[in-house]
Amino acid sequence: MGKEIDGFLDKQLDQRSKYLRKLIVRALEGAGKGHVGSALSCVEIIRVLYDDVMKYQPSNPAWADRDRFILSKGHACLALYAILADKGFIGIDELSGYTNPKSRLGGCSESTVPGVEATTGALGHGLSVGAGMALAARLQGRSSRVFVMVGDGELNEGSVWEAALFSAKHQLSNLTLIVDRNWLQIAGPTEVVTPLEPLKEKLEAFGFHTIEVDGHDLLQMRQELSIVLPSGPPRAMICHTVKGKGFPFAENDHNWHWKSGINSELIAKMNEALEMP
Amino acid sequence: MISAFKDSIYEMAKKDNRIVLICVDQDVGLGHMSEEMPGQYFMEGISEANITGVASGLAADGFIPYIVNHASFLTRRAYEQIVLDACLQERNVRFIGMGGGLATAHLGPTHTAIEDLSLMRALPNMTVIAPCDGDEVRRLLPHTQIWNGPIYIRLARYGKPIVSEEKNGLNIGKTIVLRSSISQKGYVLLISTGAMTSRAVAAADELTSSGVSCTVLHVHTVKPIDQAAICSYARDASLVVTLEENVLSGGFGSACVEALVDDDEFGNLPPIYRIGLADKFIHKYGSQHTLFESCELETHQIVKKIANRISRIKSGSNKESA
Repeated sequence: MGKEIDGFLDKQLDQRSKYLRKLIVRALEGAGKGHVGSALSCVEIIRVLYDDVMKYQPSNPAWADRDRFILSKGHACLALYAILADKGFIGIDELSGYTNPKSRLGGCSESTVPGVEATTGALGHGLSVGAGMALAARLQGRSSRVFVMVGDGELNEGSVWEAALFSAKHQLSNLTLIVDRNWLQIAGPTEVVTPLEPLKEKLEAFGFHTIEVDGHDLLQMRQELSIVLPSGPPRAMICHTVKGKGFPFAENDHNWHWKSGINSELIAKMNEALEMP
Repeated sequence: MISAFKDSIYEMAKKDNRIVLICVDQDVGLGHMSEEMPGQYFMEGISEANITGVASGLAADGFIPYIVNHASFLTRRAYEQIVLDACLQERNVRFIGMGGGLATAHLGPTHTAIEDLSLMRALPNMTVIAPCDGDEVRRLLPHTQIWNGPIYIRLARYGKPIVSEEKNGLNIGKTIVLRSSISQKGYVLLISTGAMTSRAVAAADELTSSGVSCTVLHVHTVKPIDQAAICSYARDASLVVTLEENVLSGGFGSACVEALVDDDEFGNLPPIYRIGLADKFIHKYGSQHTLFESCELETHQIVKKIANRISRIKSGSNKESA
């Protein structure tokens, strides 16, 4: 299903990656449903951004000089909520309220939640908003970087490519487009639904400095994302990932894009998969 | 109206570097801003969805972007971005719809924004304004610097005749009385917005000269609508007529009717007559004038329609007179 590149996609999860997934399980346990596969493919990417790359202040989410992360594939918000809880933007106990009436954590990320920069969920919005924020940083003389994560299926949306043209025109070197390339969308493989390949060449043709990495390889992503360029083109990082990563029964199965009816039995299976050695 | 907008935004931008003008492949004659005020003027490609998102991103960080485009493309093409990126998140984006209504009818239904007021007023958090002339645009623009949330401004291509008056001032959300006969109960109340206001005033003057007392309310702010004023003036009217250069479905007249029926204390409603564009696409071409004629929105046609309606009401007939 995934792209055959030596060394890609075979990384074992370390304890922190398993811990972040446990936070996701906590939310699923409360809700019984969620975009499971979509969230699990991008846990490591978001982890690297918040652990090693971005500057921010959980106690002051509106700090002007912060870096911005926009989860354009807003349905994968479980991964974002997990890290926001881990970092203290929101309470860890809040996770179990995911999609419940009294919770502020909905099924797609909203900017009313501390640490969420933009409301997303309808696809094809994030790169434009991120480009606006990157432009704002330049105009205001801030060193803020902007990271926008899109799903690969999201690249079906024409507005993403409008935003790519804009970002290249303005040479938004402080903008990084991250593609969660898990090769699956709701209806099936991306290359069957609407082929995207050659994706790297497409992004390069649109003016992005583009690299490909293993989206579960922390070291590789840390190195690439830590590079700060004062000028030049916007950057794109295609992260090859596994949809449902961490749960063998869900990996590379588009039926786990959205999962409802998550019962105690399934929760037990998830926890079992995340048992620490 | 566009030249009034151009002059005003230029002066405002000189004094406030939060103001950013984004033109979507439409030259409004302010290209010189890019050198005079770097970072405050952008000429971008035909990409309404992206531009709306970009503007929302800029607004999230304190800028006040004004997007200038044809009213039709601006509202139709980027509707989801307007809804989610601007309205839902209450971003201070200003959408400047050039040629709203019949102004670009010579280019046919692809360019003619006959429903922009309906589309925009359906959106929570959106403010919708249709100035009546160029002078009013000049009075309006400074208010848009300090108003919270997104604003849609419909600029008709024409800015004349000037019917707004300096002495009336302008406040977003507040109605302006342009003709008053409130001392005589039973007047015809004409409520209009945008370019229809000049026709409402002319029609009222003609009706008055033939013995029909009229009051004219100019409602530049379609949303939030000035419910208090509309209800107050409608209370003593024998007939309420709404006038808009927009489809009747969900448009300005609908907003006025809603204002009346949603007022728990209003009591019995007077007869209400909505004049506007029919629920159909316009396939005729020509000048604005010929389109107004064919859509039966010119002053003499309005006068005739209102006179007929008054006759019907007096005779108790339900049939429209010829």
